[in-house]
Amino acid sequence: MSIRVRSTAPTDEGAREALRGKPAVEHRPSENVAKPEGELAFSISDLSLWYSGKQALTRVGLDIPLTKVTALIGPSGCGKSTLIRCLNRMNDLIPGVTIEGNVTYRNADIYGSDVDPVEVRRRIGMVFQKPNPFPKSIYDNVAFGARVNGFRGNLDDLVESSLKRAALWDEVKDDLKKSGLALSGGQQQRLCIARALANNPDVILMDEPCSALDPIATLKIEDLMRELATDYTIVVVTHNMQQAARVSDYTAFMLTDEEITGQLIEYAPTETMFTQPADQRTEDYISGRFG
Amino acid sequence: MSAAETTPQAVTLQAEGSVARRQAWSRTSRWLLLAATLLGLVVLLILGIDNAIVGIPSLDWDFLSNYPSRFAERAGIRSSILGSVWVLVFTVIFAIPVAVGAAVWMEEFAPQNAILTTVRLNIANLAGVPSIIYGILGLAVFVRLMELGPSILAGALTLALMILPMTVITSVEAINQVAPSIREGSLALGATRWQTVWNHVLPGAMPGILTGTILAVARAAGETAALIMIGAFTFIAFDPSLSFGGLLDSFTTLPIQVYNWTIRPQPEFRANAAAGIIVLMVAVIGLNALALVVRDRLRRN
Repeated sequence: MSIRVRSTAPTDEGAREALRGKPAVEHRPSENVAKPEGELAFSISDLSLWYSGKQALTRVGLDIPLTKVTALIGPSGCGKSTLIRCLNRMNDLIPGVTIEGNVTYRNADIYGSDVDPVEVRRRIGMVFQKPNPFPKSIYDNVAFGARVNGFRGNLDDLVESSLKRAALWDEVKDDLKKSGLALSGGQQQRLCIARALANNPDVILMDEPCSALDPIATLKIEDLMRELATDYTIVVVTHNMQQAARVSDYTAFMLTDEEITGQLIEYAPTETMFTQPADQRTEDYISGRFG
Repeated sequence: MSAAETTPQAVTLQAEGSVARRQAWSRTSRWLLLAATLLGLVVLLILGIDNAIVGIPSLDWDFLSNYPSRFAERAGIRSSILGSVWVLVFTVIFAIPVAVGAAVWMEEFAPQNAILTTVRLNIANLAGVPSIIYGILGLAVFVRLMELGPSILAGALTLALMILPMTVITSVEAINQVAPSIREGSLALGATRWQTVWNHVLPGAMPGILTGTILAVARAAGETAALIMIGAFTFIAFDPSLSFGGLLDSFTTLPIQVYNWTIRPQPEFRANAAAGIIVLMVAVIGLNALALVVRDRLRRN
């Protein structure tokens, strides 16, 4: 297992806590973490992360299965977005981030010294909370990833097939030259999914993809997730427990309490999680008692 | 009596007490602020009218197309207009790529640390350095050390240095206006930082960069002190030649010509100076208007 320490060393965090008179909390990773069946996409172990010395993830470890939908749930500030952004190295872009632990994607160390984050992000696509189409035409939005990655096939076909996979083609096929920003919120989000699909990724990470959308647009995206899961590995962060229950095969519940920020409480097949949660805190959360 | 009990008491919604006082102050402040705005405008207007009365009689085609002369009625601003245009073109060519490059580096590539904060602060300070200091620098480095002489090239390089800090600052601000989510979207698709800058950040920042550039050029167009310091002539009776060698020709610009005329004792030359000021004002206001149009046009697209 490789341990990476970058920029500021977090090791003196415990010392600083001790100076303030508050003992550093010894955190033991949760025991309620299921091992998914079948092939694995990601294997995360002992992952901790600090933003400028402020801890956001504490010793998270879980395995994410291939071509399944895995949902990360938990209240605001529990570290679920931080965790998903570790999977395609988007956290690298934030100044002052320190990451410790190990993340492998199909047995390749994502944070290995010879790994290029650009290559990681090409294979592991991402859809963000707020739809962020480029202020360009629909066509150029979809074609952008292919263009920057030196795609040598037929761009028109790629744009069409990507928009079809994202269930947007019928709505936009007559005005591909229209600005991506002229679409409705739900359409914009599907455009962002099409844009990610055009890169032919293996994985699609979705960071609360429906939180800015109305229920009908949400339903469309959820249907799309289920459909895409036949070919792609999907990891989705969601606030919405019903959404996790509807779309995911596995669910991870994360929590920040008084002592430990960004810990994994429980990870299990979604059905088990929602019918027989092992941890009292999971049960409280999914039954709506807090969060 | 029973009717009085059933109908609710009427509410007064007129301003009274504290609300009335605050509203009175609000109304007064409006007039004070208007006065502040008008003060600047009125002073400018009076200066403009006064200048126009003196200058307009001298302003004709001969004035625009003649070379300078020791006879006021024959003197014109042909060589200073051409000199101004030529110097400004090269100022832009030298300054803009460097300024935009520096701004992109600071915003997109540089590690965000204390050194960068210091650099940023000092660039802001440089923008406030009096132009004559740039003139001294230009004289020492371009004219003497690099032996360019008091040439168009030396003038353009000096003015480029002078507008560089201002242009860097406006470019940095324009780049900051580009939404971070656009950068994230691009990077998440496997674009490199440079591809992100080239395809998304620069196009998004272009209206702001262009506006800043045009305003900086307007400032350089009116610059006198720095160019006098490097030794720009005031009496040029030839057009700058359109060649590389021409870059080493001596030159004059509109503000230098105006300055030269104002220090003459004869009232005829003063009229010429006023006419030169009108031409300069029209050019600078034109540039500022262009900046507005360009920005609006690009924002709409």
